[in-house]
Amino acid sequence: MRRDIFQAIADPTRRAIITLIALQAMTPNAIADNFHITRQSVSKHLRILAECQLVKQEQQGREIYYSLEIEKMKEIDKWLDQFRKIWETQFNQLDNVLSTLKKQKK
Amino acid sequence: MKKDLLFDFTVDKAAKSVFITREFDADLSLVWDAFTKAEILDQWWAPKPLQSKTKIMDFKVGGRRFYAMVWPEGQEHWGVQKFTLIDPKTDLGWLSSFTDKDENINEALPTSQWELNFSEQNGTTTVKITVIQKTLADLEQIIQMGFKEGFTMTLNELSILLQPLKNRKNEK
Repeated sequence: MRRDIFQAIADPTRRAIITLIALQAMTPNAIADNFHITRQSVSKHLRILAECQLVKQEQQGREIYYSLEIEKMKEIDKWLDQFRKIWETQFNQLDNVLSTLKKQKK
Repeated sequence: MKKDLLFDFTVDKAAKSVFITREFDADLSLVWDAFTKAEILDQWWAPKPLQSKTKIMDFKVGGRRFYAMVWPEGQEHWGVQKFTLIDPKTDLGWLSSFTDKDENINEALPTSQWELNFSEQNGTTTVKITVIQKTLADLEQIIQMGFKEGFTMTLNELSILLQPLKNRKNEK
């Protein structure tokens, strides 16, 4: 199943995991140690993050290390930023229009 | 005499909504006109370099604004706002859809619901805007359009999600 990345970051635990593995690659056990949640729960969240292509997996011996796909995270930023910027631009234009109209009234 | 004008942009995925609050340094009736009169809307509704061109403005509940966003090269994106609520200088609501140039709604693109609230205090007018998408699928689509088209037609259909983006003080 393909998921959208916004689903991935909608959950507070997943956001915390993202923050954690942004710093360094970690195993599910190491991640679980940082939270008061079970290893199973961490695995579930990691699976969702992987389905959204937000994490990379790397096998080292018997352990799998998870790290963040920074580029994918940037997409979220970029997307949100676009919308915010569009609004910003529009509203700045409206500021100018309003100021012109106010002068005309006087 | 420039004021700091509040600009708050929050996306709430659970509510499938975008919440925008913006202050304007003008009285209520002027700001209301700027959102409801075609000749003023066309001066600011499209972000540069796009230009808004209103073809039909029938400002009443059940009426609509049919307009285009036009690129400098002439390419047009058409849309319609169907007015669902008009409470003068207080509340405004519409349904926003993409259309072709003959005003046929493009069913492949999401329709979003807009709610706007206007209020004035000491000569500063605050506009609160809520844009609601129908489904998560609509959101996905908007996201993909956003990626692909970048700065273009997505204007009208904002979407959903994530944690709040913090207040941004916006200098005039």
